[in-house]
Amino acid sequence: MHSDTRSPLGLKIAAFGGLFFLLAPIALIFLYAFSTEEKSFQWPPPGFTTKWIGVTLGRADVWQAMGLSVKVAAISTVLALLLGTLTAAAVARSKFFGRETISLLVILPIALPGIITGISLRSAFSLLDIPFSTWTIVLGHATFCIVIVYNNAVARFRRTSGALIDASMDLGADGLQTFRLVILPNIATALLAGGMLAFALSFDEVIVTTFTAGNQTTLPIWMLEELVRPRQRPVTNVVAMAVVIVTVLPILAAYYLTKDGEHTAGSEK
Amino acid sequence: MSDLSSNAAIFAPRSGPLARTVDWIIRHPRMFTFLMVLPITLWLGIVYIGALIALLIQSFFSIDEFSGIIVHEVTLKTYGELLRPYNLDIILRTVGMAAAVTVAAAIVAFPIAYFAARYAKGKWKALFYIGVMLPLWSSYLVKVYAWKLVLAKEGILNWVFAKLHLTWLLDGVLSIPVIGGNSLSVSYIGTFLVFLYIWLPYMIIPVQASLERVSKDLTEAAADLGATPKQSFRMVLFPLALPGVVAGSIFTFSLTLGDYIVPQIVGNSRLFIGQAVYTQQGTAGNIPLAAAFTVVPIVIMGIYLWGARKMGAFDAL
Repeated sequence: MHSDTRSPLGLKIAAFGGLFFLLAPIALIFLYAFSTEEKSFQWPPPGFTTKWIGVTLGRADVWQAMGLSVKVAAISTVLALLLGTLTAAAVARSKFFGRETISLLVILPIALPGIITGISLRSAFSLLDIPFSTWTIVLGHATFCIVIVYNNAVARFRRTSGALIDASMDLGADGLQTFRLVILPNIATALLAGGMLAFALSFDEVIVTTFTAGNQTTLPIWMLEELVRPRQRPVTNVVAMAVVIVTVLPILAAYYLTKDGEHTAGSEK
Repeated sequence: MSDLSSNAAIFAPRSGPLARTVDWIIRHPRMFTFLMVLPITLWLGIVYIGALIALLIQSFFSIDEFSGIIVHEVTLKTYGELLRPYNLDIILRTVGMAAAVTVAAAIVAFPIAYFAARYAKGKWKALFYIGVMLPLWSSYLVKVYAWKLVLAKEGILNWVFAKLHLTWLLDGVLSIPVIGGNSLSVSYIGTFLVFLYIWLPYMIIPVQASLERVSKDLTEAAADLGATPKQSFRMVLFPLALPGVVAGSIFTFSLTLGDYIVPQIVGNSRLFIGQAVYTQQGTAGNIPLAAAFTVVPIVIMGIYLWGARKMGAFDAL
């Protein structure tokens, strides 16, 4: 069909206009990080400098917030990997009482608005007299990171043939050997992708964190404070650029990892 | 199932307590499954659902207006407070914004998804993929920050309007009551644009997925049967893509309902549901009212999801 190979002009304009709308604001972040203007968001920038990158690198508060964010994201990711994989294995491999409930339960923390997760955890902490700490932040983050790992893992478990496990056991491997030599290599890239996405999600999370952090400052909370009361625009510009780079790289990596995962050994279709 | 353990002789005996435990568990599939789902049940079922239920219970308590102390007696008084004009305005404002954002997102997303699914090939396809994934996964706050740069008085959008000698148009739009304001960054138009930007990828992805599932044979059959491209779009393609639009609208609607950061940073001082929850539980210390406010999006989303399910949106996810 001729109409299928050439797109109407109106559609082309709308599609590329939309793409511009999606990408231009992010490009702007990179430009502003090098602006010489300190007091306002003036466009076009009066000049360009790399001075603020150095200033930002020397800022102790930025590094501290960054450190806390990395720590929280790392612990949450590990917890999510453990819980998410176990649950995915159970849900994908067997039928049991409450299976549907569990798959709903896992999705709930991201289906409900973050503010609900945040306020319910906070009121639970205050009811139980739990003081705010890194662990209260981790508790909130892991709750919604589990679903990311779970989704990746459950899709891979469904594609991996159960016959592989039976064959491994028939050939004399014990449970641990089967896990290490058969199951793990098959799900490894899915776990890596899920883990990276979970890390990026936790690293970036702000809504739940404002309720569970007390007066600790993660990087997103540092950003939020700057957004509400701008004090040091040039430093914020550089931090914003750094955050884009830190979150986008794992995403691209995760994309390439799962792209190849479609040809998993033993997948039947 | 249990015959596995009685046939244990066919397995070579293993040494070490760890290996023996693992073997024992694997031979008892029910126990194995139970152990696998136990941690998640404890975590989400008790910690998360427990906290959620504790919150909902508090919405049936009330606060003593003079002492500010929570009265632990079951009452519907707090829900009554939700219906006060001031609070009702907050709810209507939020739902209105969520609806506007959802409709606009569907309109902006459709051509992008349609082009990416039907016409883009090779490197263009990759460009569209990255063009959607990059803003989707970029930091939420950075995206809000980027729009603060765009909408600022001295920022790029005002500059573009000035260069095109269209400042009068911008001023005209901003002088419209209710949606306008002193400048873009303190008007509902600004809030709307930021919401639209942040949630747009959540609309594009399911719409594109549902369009890609439509077989080429169908549109070709429509053409063979004499339909013009417009007709086959309207009568074949669009109805098949509709579940994708509904699926996307679940995200745009729900995410706008619960957000409290965007209207705080870009917008006027009138509250949205999320901000009301935040101030009630924080500075105001009125946990019952905050809890009652959180029930509003839960109920709205419950109804919405029920309707979406009827339209087959869950198959499009």
